[in-house]
Parts: sequence; C-alpha cells; structure tokens
Amino acid sequence: MKVELRGITKRFPGVIANEDVNLSVNSGEVLALLGENGAGKSTLMNCLYGLYKPDEGAILINDQIVDFETPGDAMAAGIGMVHQHFMLVPVFTVAENLMLGNESVNGPLGVLNLGDARKRINDLSDKYNLPVDPDALVRDLPVGVEQRAEILKALYRDADCLILDEPTAVLTPDEIAELEKVIRELADSGKSIIFITHKLGEVMRIADQIVVLRHGKVVGRTTPEDTTELGLASMMVGRDVQLVVDKPEAEPGAPMLEVRDLSVLDDRDAVAVESLDFEIRAGEILAVAGVQGNGQTELVEAITGMRPALTGSIHLDGEDITSATPRELWTRDLGHIPEDRQADGLVEPFSVADNLVLNTYNWKPFAKGILRDSSEVRSHANQLVEDFDVRTASIDTHAGTLSGGNQQKVIVAREFTHSSRLLVAAQPTRGLDVGSIQYIHGRIVAERDSGAAVLIVSSELDEVLALADRVAVMYEGRFSGMLEGDEISRNRIGLLMAGRTGDSVDSQDGDSQERDSQETDTREPPTQDPAANGSTE
Amino acid sequence: MIDEDSPGMNPGLAEAASGEFPGETENGNGRTPRWRKFLRSLKVPALAIFSALFLGGILIILTDTDVLWAWARFFNDPMRALTRSWEAVWDAYSALFAGAFGSLSAWSETLLRATPLILAGLAVAFAFKASLFNIGANGQMILGAIFSAYVGFTFDVTGWILVPLALAGGVLGGFLWGGIAGVLKATTGAHEVITTIMLNFIAAFLLAYFLTTDTFLPSGSANPISKNMLEQARLHRFIGGERVDIGIFVAIAAVVLVWWVLEKSTLGFQVKAVGLSPDAAKYSGMKVALIIALTLAAAGGLAGLAGATVVLGATGVLTGGVIGNLGFDAIAVALLGRSNPWGVLAAAILFGGLNAGAVNMQAETQIPVDIVIVIQALIILFVAAPGLVRAIYRIKKVDTEEAQSFTSSWGSS
Repeated sequence: MKVELRGITKRFPGVIANEDVNLSVNSGEVLALLGENGAGKSTLMNCLYGLYKPDEGAILINDQIVDFETPGDAMAAGIGMVHQHFMLVPVFTVAENLMLGNESVNGPLGVLNLGDARKRINDLSDKYNLPVDPDALVRDLPVGVEQRAEILKALYRDADCLILDEPTAVLTPDEIAELEKVIRELADSGKSIIFITHKLGEVMRIADQIVVLRHGKVVGRTTPEDTTELGLASMMVGRDVQLVVDKPEAEPGAPMLEVRDLSVLDDRDAVAVESLDFEIRAGEILAVAGVQGNGQTELVEAITGMRPALTGSIHLDGEDITSATPRELWTRDLGHIPEDRQADGLVEPFSVADNLVLNTYNWKPFAKGILRDSSEVRSHANQLVEDFDVRTASIDTHAGTLSGGNQQKVIVAREFTHSSRLLVAAQPTRGLDVGSIQYIHGRIVAERDSGAAVLIVSSELDEVLALADRVAVMYEGRFSGMLEGDEISRNRIGLLMAGRTGDSVDSQDGDSQERDSQETDTREPPTQDPAANGSTE
Repeated sequence: MIDEDSPGMNPGLAEAASGEFPGETENGNGRTPRWRKFLRSLKVPALAIFSALFLGGILIILTDTDVLWAWARFFNDPMRALTRSWEAVWDAYSALFAGAFGSLSAWSETLLRATPLILAGLAVAFAFKASLFNIGANGQMILGAIFSAYVGFTFDVTGWILVPLALAGGVLGGFLWGGIAGVLKATTGAHEVITTIMLNFIAAFLLAYFLTTDTFLPSGSANPISKNMLEQARLHRFIGGERVDIGIFVAIAAVVLVWWVLEKSTLGFQVKAVGLSPDAAKYSGMKVALIIALTLAAAGGLAGLAGATVVLGATGVLTGGVIGNLGFDAIAVALLGRSNPWGVLAAAILFGGLNAGAVNMQAETQIPVDIVIVIQALIILFVAAPGLVRAIYRIKKVDTEEAQSFTSSWGSS
C-alpha cells in the first residue's frame, strides 16, 4: 500500500507542530521518521492515524485522497499503529485483546468466537514469524512479546501500513535485533512501514529511506547508504554534535557508598532487590544496566530514602544511611535525579522558580521562619536558569509546560547546585534529545571529577557505555555481572541483561565480582530471547 | 486539549515556539499581566452565573400563571406575552437584588448569611489545595458549634475574654473533627470523602445527643434547644438594629490568613506541593502524611469557626438544625470561588445575597424561595462543567483550563 502525506500542516494554539510535511512510503518499504523529542513526529503520525485533523494538506492512500475523522477510519483504510505505550488490556488474553473492537461472535447471544480468533492469530504468527501464545494473559508476557502482540493486533485488522512509534524504547538489545528482523520480514511481504525513532543506530540498520524532522519541518531526506550516524545527528539537532562523552580517566578514591546485603521489597511486597553487595568509590561512575523492572527502581529508592530496606545496610562515607529520610540525605550531600522526572522530580503546576527550591524552600535565604522570601527564590532561579541553560519563557512558567530536556535541566540544576558526595541518577536522559543528553552527560562527568561517587541507572546501553567506569548488570534483583575496564562491551552487557550469568558470557571471566551471579546460573533465560540462547561466546 | 498520546510532544513544541506552552500563550514573553489573568479567571464563573439566571428566568415564567395565560393567547397578542414575561422576570430579579444588596439592611442580611459560608468555604478550599475533598465541613461546623456554645453559655467572664475563647472553642472542635479524618487518611489511607461523610452523621447525632443532656439544656426543659448564650458571648452587632455582627470581620480575617498561608508561607508551599504531586513532595523531603493530617485538621478548624459564628451570632442557641446544610453550600461556594480565598469570599457573598434576596423576592412577587436554590444549583452545574459553558459561549480552552483542572481533580486524590 502506498501512503503519502502531502503538505501536512498542523497548528496548535501558539505553535506549529507540523509545517508543510511531505512524505510517502511504498509497499515493501521501511521509512524511518527521525527527530528529537518534540520535533513533531508523533503529531504527524497522529494526523495519519486519524487522531488529529491536519489544518492543511492531504493524505493519499494508493494515490486516492482520503479523509480520516477517527482512528477507526484509518484502521478501515488499512493503517495500523503500534503505540509507544502499549494499548493492551493486561487481564485479557492475547486473543481477547486482538479481538477487542473487532469481535467475531457466534449465535444470537453474541458469544465470542475465540476459536476463530486463535486460528487467525496462529496463521498470522506463522506467516510473519511472530510467535505468541493466543491464550496467554497479556500481563504475564515479557515486554518484547507484548509488543509482538501489538503488531499482531494491527495485522489482525488487515493493516497494510504499520506505524511503529518508538518501538525499541522498552526492549533489550536482543529483542531489538529480533524486532528489526520482524520489520524487515513485514516489509518483504509487502507491508509499508513507518518507523518513528530518535535512535540513530536503528535507523541506519533498518530504514530504506529516512526523513528527518526538526521543529515540525522536514529538514532532510536521505538513505542509510548516503549518510552516517553523525550526519543524521547533526541534521536532527541542526548543528554538529559530538556523540561520545568527553571523559577523562577516572581517578577513584576511597569507597564512598557501601551497600551490604541489601534486599528491598517492591510495591507488591515481592523481593525486588536481593542481597546486593557493592561499593562505589569517590570519583567513580558505576552504571547499573538492565532491562527495566529488574529491581533498579527499588534499588535507587532504597538508597535515596524513598523506600525502606528489608535487610542489609547502606553507608555513605562511613555513615549509616540505611533508614535516612530524603531530607537527611539531602543534608548529607546526596544528589538524586529521579527516574520519573514528572512524578517525582517536579511539581509540574509549580513555576520553574518554585521547582528549583523544591527541597530547600524552607532554608535560608529562601524562607525566614515560615515566611517565604520570593525575591530570593526568584533571583536564585534566574541564576540557575542561566547557568544550566534552561530554555524557558520565564522563571514563572509552569515546569510541566517545559520540554522533557528542559524539565530534566531544572532537576539537574536543583540537585547539582550543592556539591554532592553521592549522585544517584536514574534514567537521567530517557526521552531526551541529543543536545540535552550531551549536556547532562557532561555535567555528570564533571560531578564525578569533582570527587563524587556516581550511581547511574540506565536501560540505554549507549548511555551506560558512554558514562560508566564500571558496569553492573541487574537481572531479577541481583547483579548478573560486574564489568570493569576492557570487559565492558555492548555484547557482554546485552547477554547479561538477558539473564545470562557472567560465567556463561565468558567462562574465563570468573573473577570475584561475579560471585553474586552464581545463583542465577540455573535460571532459565527468558524464552523470548532465542538469540541470547544461541550466541554464547 | 492536545492530548497525552504523544509524550514530550507539547512541551517540545512549546520549546520550539520560544518556550511557550500552547495553553499559556498570551504575549511574547509568556508573562500574562496580572489583571488580565484576573479577568480571565472571572470569565467562567460570570458566565455560569449569567446562564443560571437566564434559566432561572425561564423557570419564573413557567411558574407564573398570569404569564402563562398571556402565552396561551400568544397569537392574539404576541407582544403581551413577551412583555408580561419580561416584567415577571424583571420584577423577580429586581426584588431579589433589592433584598440582597439594595439597602443597608439588605447588606446586613447578606453579610450575615455570608459569614459562615466564607469560613466553611475556606475549609473546603484549603483542603482542596492539598487535593483533599473535604465533604465534612458540615460535621466540623457542628462540632465547632457544640464547643463554642458550651463555652458561650458556661463561662461567665467579660466579653473581651469570652468571645475569643468561644471562637477558639469552635476552632478546636472543628480541628479535632477534621483531624480525625486527616489522621485516618495519613495513617491508613482511608479516603477522606468516605470518612468525612461518615463523620458528618456522627456529628449530627452527637449534637442530638448533647441536646438531651443536662449540661446543654436549660434546667427543667426537655426541648432539644440549648441554654442561651451569655449576653456577653454574643458577637457584637455593629450596625444598630441590623443583625450583621462582627463575625463577618472574623471571616474576612480568615480569608487574608488563608491567602497568606497559601501564598507566602512554607506551610502553604508544602500543602500545595503535596496536593499537586505527592510523589515529588515525598522525594523532596516533605512529610506528606503529616501535611495531609494537618491540612484536614486546619480545614476542620476553619469550619469549626464557621459553626461558632452561627451560634454566637445569628442564633444564640444551639439546636439540632442550627447548621442545616451550610457545610454543603460551602462546597458550592468553594467550587464557584475556585478554591481561591478571595474567590471564596466573593462567592459566599453572592450566595449570601441570593439567600437574603430570596426572602424579599417571595414577599414582593410570590415567587417561591426555592427558585433561588435552583439558581444556585445551576451556577454550580455550570461551574463544575466548564465544558458546558465553553460549548455554549464558544470560549477557547485556554480560558477555562484552570477551572477544568479544578473540577476534574475533585475526589481523585
């Protein structure tokens, strides 16, 4: 199916989200739509999917102008969308989810015809090599399989054009490889694919043609053969960028953070972190890699005083901080960039100025007794906004209206204004654009070089590789491996993330750091990772 | 609204357009002049009031048999039907307005009725700032009334001491009652909507019980009417012959105090942070549970003060129905006032005026008082559903954003 967007312009009050965008994708072709966050990628696709109505321009399918009022119209025309956040009902089975909104029924009472659905799903699974159990509950599926179900859902509705919105954000490297294969197969079978992303590597691997958006406009059209990652990056950002962090050798000092036998429960009282032992020295960055949901969140929350430890102890520079509150930790020079910046890091309806004093609002000079001093708060804010290059209309702008990168800069500014002895940064650059990532990485390295112990938690391999002096890979609440120096490689981290232990990744590598991982040896690696099973070094 | 489907989309674009958020776009530098913001914030409430009066006018026409007769002969004399309708509505609203704001004694009645509404409205609004839906103003008022009445008829000391003492008693009663819900919420997570509703019932029956005891009843009486307040305990009526008392100044002082706490103090900063983002509040080291407990207790204190102004002012005795539904009207007042202390003040005066004017309207035009209740209900309906007002008057989203977030958050904590 040929899908074409011609001169699409979409305005929101005060902003032009898309301006005169032209693109077309033929059947059998993969088009990568590349752009920073806020470049207008999602808006454009929402226009195509019938969620928005473009103010100008036309959508053509097989050279016929179409007019979509609702996503239903788009679906009927053969357009399927796999959203970044999956739209599946967790307590339904795969088959039930795929039928939803498109149920085939038996008899006058409208009994669901699950048999038919199962059969169609199995057929589709075989045809496109997307194995999934139609009777599995969605909530029990690993993320990668859930995504497969999403893709199947679009195919189940006879989609000929698939839009994938940032599909790799939640996947392990192996799952990403698997997905890339699937996309290629889908294209080969005649589907047209639009792939939204801001990751350059993927684009180079799978795209047939690349369209780069910036500020809502098309700023470049190219193919992987004609460009490089660096070329794409500068097109996205509009200037030359440096993809590697400029990082001098670490000069680690004495142990700053010592974690001993730490176990932590998650919200459902299941053990999320199990007897972890590790330390971070001053002037060193330890990156915790791993697929999200393997206990990283709970580990960070335990260290930062947001969640009690079940067993074990945490010491900061010799002081016991196991049960310290966030406020006490702040006074002991802990900087914390929280994982969920919008929920934990900011009060979004508060102004930028108020957010910059969120944990010092009652300190001098920002308050005298219980009376707040707004002129001090404002001058403090003006200073930080300038120092940290926060792009905001004014310091009175609500923090929630800033872009993700600038929200993160507000948090970074707040946490970095006093020198930290320990900096904990969870997913510090998730969803940010290249420019902001670069900036924040630079700040983190600077913090290390001024003698702080730094703990980074990230599910982005690139970030881990860019920043880490040592890498701990977390799998099911434990470290499945601890890598240092030359041991750090994309491949090894990838395998450890999938639950392979240090021994099986590299049997010669039996050093003491991998004691932790011995017990995970016997565990079955998750079934969705056939690649991981087969490719032990 | 643009939507949540595209995370990062709006803010990102906003940055593209020099840091402007679509909803905030006003002038080039992103700072809307204060007076314009103020006018904008009035738009929805003003249109809600206008719409309610309009529909109220239709009701007045429908309930007036003379006018309906004129309509029955519409084809003989169409002008007559229209003029009779107009006259009926005009007469009714003129009487309503005259009774509310048309004379010194009208103002006196209006402010007298507004006093407890201001204080109890603040109780609802303040709690709302912490995302707590305090439906318990009624119960808290009852407790305030009980405490202050007890002080007011028991301690025979000079008024300079007794009045503040009795008012403080009212604050204490409400504080404790609100505090129960607050502590339950903070320690067990029990939803304040449920607990405050239940506490309303308990308060009502507690009052009924006290009105059977010798402590509260005059000796020898079995009527559920308490002893009279001591003369020096009554709030001073500062206009000779008019019923309005110094309670109104207490209420205005409370408005200033609540505004100051919310806008200028670190306590208010914490209350708002907890209300808008409990996770961020916890992350930044605030004691979220304590703030929640304290906020509901303080809200209760304000409602308790409202109860005190009733028994020490207008009634002078404690009866089973002394508070009536004031605590629920207070929710409407807070809603119309958009939880802003000054908005609450204005809304309470409007509601006080409608109540006071209704009496005059019935006396002059025989239109039942109930029409005012309908109008009040319609105002709330329109304020609570800003989408409705927006649709009717085709206002752009920007103007009503605040109202939307206000109402959609009710009870969602």
